[in-house]
Amino acid sequence: MSVLIDKNTRVITQGMTGKTGRFHTVHCREYANGRECYVAGVTPGKGGGDFEGVPIFNTVAEAREATRANATVIYVPPPFAAKAIEEAVEAEMELAVCITEGIPVRDMMRVRAMMRGTKTTLLGPNCPGVITPDEIKIGIMPGYIHKKGGVGVVSRSGTLTYEAVHQLTALGLGQSTCVGIGGDPVNGLKHRDVLELFERDSETVAVVMVGEIGGSDEEEAAEWARENMSKPVVGFIAGVTAPPGKRMGHAGAIISGGSGAAADKIAALESCGIQTTKNPAEIGALLKSVL
Amino acid sequence: MNIHEYQAKALLEEYGVPVPAGGLAYSPEQAAYRAKEIGGERWIVKAQIHSGARGKAGGVRLCASEREVWEAANDLLGRRLVTAQTAPRGKGVYRLYVEPAVACARELYMSMVLDRASERIVLAMSAEGGAEIEDLIKQNPAAVVRVIIDPAVGILAFQAREAAFACGLDAALISQAEHILLAAYRLFRDRDATLLETNPLVVTEDGRLLALDAKMTFDDNALFRHQKISELRDKSQEDPREMGAVDRGLSYVGLEGDIGCIVNGAGLAMATMDIIKLCGGEPANFLDIGGGASPERVAKAFRLVLADERVRVILVNIFAGINRCDWVAEGVVKAMSELDVGVPVVVRLSGTNAEKGAQILKESGVKVTVASTLAEAGEKAADAARQKTPAEN
Repeated sequence: MSVLIDKNTRVITQGMTGKTGRFHTVHCREYANGRECYVAGVTPGKGGGDFEGVPIFNTVAEAREATRANATVIYVPPPFAAKAIEEAVEAEMELAVCITEGIPVRDMMRVRAMMRGTKTTLLGPNCPGVITPDEIKIGIMPGYIHKKGGVGVVSRSGTLTYEAVHQLTALGLGQSTCVGIGGDPVNGLKHRDVLELFERDSETVAVVMVGEIGGSDEEEAAEWARENMSKPVVGFIAGVTAPPGKRMGHAGAIISGGSGAAADKIAALESCGIQTTKNPAEIGALLKSVL
Repeated sequence: MNIHEYQAKALLEEYGVPVPAGGLAYSPEQAAYRAKEIGGERWIVKAQIHSGARGKAGGVRLCASEREVWEAANDLLGRRLVTAQTAPRGKGVYRLYVEPAVACARELYMSMVLDRASERIVLAMSAEGGAEIEDLIKQNPAAVVRVIIDPAVGILAFQAREAAFACGLDAALISQAEHILLAAYRLFRDRDATLLETNPLVVTEDGRLLALDAKMTFDDNALFRHQKISELRDKSQEDPREMGAVDRGLSYVGLEGDIGCIVNGAGLAMATMDIIKLCGGEPANFLDIGGGASPERVAKAFRLVLADERVRVILVNIFAGINRCDWVAEGVVKAMSELDVGVPVVVRLSGTNAEKGAQILKESGVKVTVASTLAEAGEKAADAARQKTPAEN
């Protein structure tokens, strides 16, 4: 088992014919079961064509109808990305993974409002995507650093997740699924939601939670874990040295009004029984120590 | 993106929120002339900088004659104002806003802000406004009325009235307050603001509500659709190092240390700062060079980091996913052969084509210290900074 996706997932790529979409479609199809998993692309106006043999449709609904796809990955540029998510929600896709960085937060509030009561799970935006090693990769992470196994990884970051995964793999610890929830202030799945998925997943034996400054996702996840999680969770929070009031690259990585600081998050995690390290080079070793 | 008080007031006025009739001045003569135009007997001269807490820092002056206006302006212009919210270097005062002094019966507080947890906008109002508001909120959170606005619906008239009544406004002022809150929300929504604050919002002695101060912040991600807001950017108020980065398409935040960081990815960039600190060093900056880092982009990043005089060591930390270490290595070689780097450079390359990258560095003959892990990178950079410091002192 795994969470969110596996080798049987059937994926649509929205924005497949753009530069980013093309590049990552090639890499995702090359990874593990990718050729079977990626069943369609959507680019309005280019329906009827194909990209490397993957058929292109004008709308998500059409693509879903024709291919019975259940997931979609979105590489559409920021001004149009929110509308792309809305189209996926309207088409009742089970999972929508939005990679796009730079979507206006007002657009995301609108998306979240229209999603209430619908069937779609949103991952992202501004995220690296999700990967179940040796089965399927949906997103922009380098596939080869991953190894199949029992560690669940959830993170708000891209390259820092690769760093953590790399450490795990080097220690011989494979991963069940690695989930990038993204660095935006208003997004889909939160740390807490992914912990819940990992707790239910039979393959996952322990979880690494990588957080960063801004918001209170990590604190809420820790509270939830204290009450409900039977599997060990370890954590790292990036940005101990970040000054308040400054946006650290990610739109959501900002300490505002005295809340969202790394030290407070670390304290909250520790108080809920989640071991943390202040050393990003020791994330893998910390996880190993709790197994 | 932040804007000045006078710019925020112009926007508020455009949407129908009453503000005092003020005038902008770039010189003492202009300030005195503005006072004459405005008329009356007493004026406020306000330093326009991107920071709150200006009053306590001496950036807001009450003047009783045109001469005093001139003198206040002469004293403020060109000065660097250090407030509780600025860095120790403060912010330069290059613009002043002159307003008539307003006789106030009461001061209130009003703000609208994006609330991440509820994915909605929160209107906060308090019966007490003014410079002490932050202490007030800490001591007595119940003194602040919070109303959650669903952006799909917008602010409803009854919500505005509830907030106004909760602040104890007289019945005669409720319709004014309702009008102001609805107008302020329209502005917030239309222009993709993430913060709108009027502190204080006052009741004048003649019974009018007036926004006496105004602060607005906008969503950087939405600036593509707001040309007029983008034009309000005042580069003099921002860290010149950060402005240089914006112009080069890099994401940079200036810090106070001496180890310049060049990293790909925001999370890893923060973690790199953290590990430097953990190893006893001090990062000079946050810098995310992004996903597809071409050699040119890496060279640009070197230029940017070296423009900071405090930098004594450079640490390049790359975990290449979609990136390629050989490109980054080429960029390092390019930068080091084109620029007078003059400081030790520590390079850690991991991920795609890491060996090829190491090979390029080795064969180029450029003098870099290679680190193979994140831990080693932090230690070597901190060591280099320690060795460098006594030699220069």
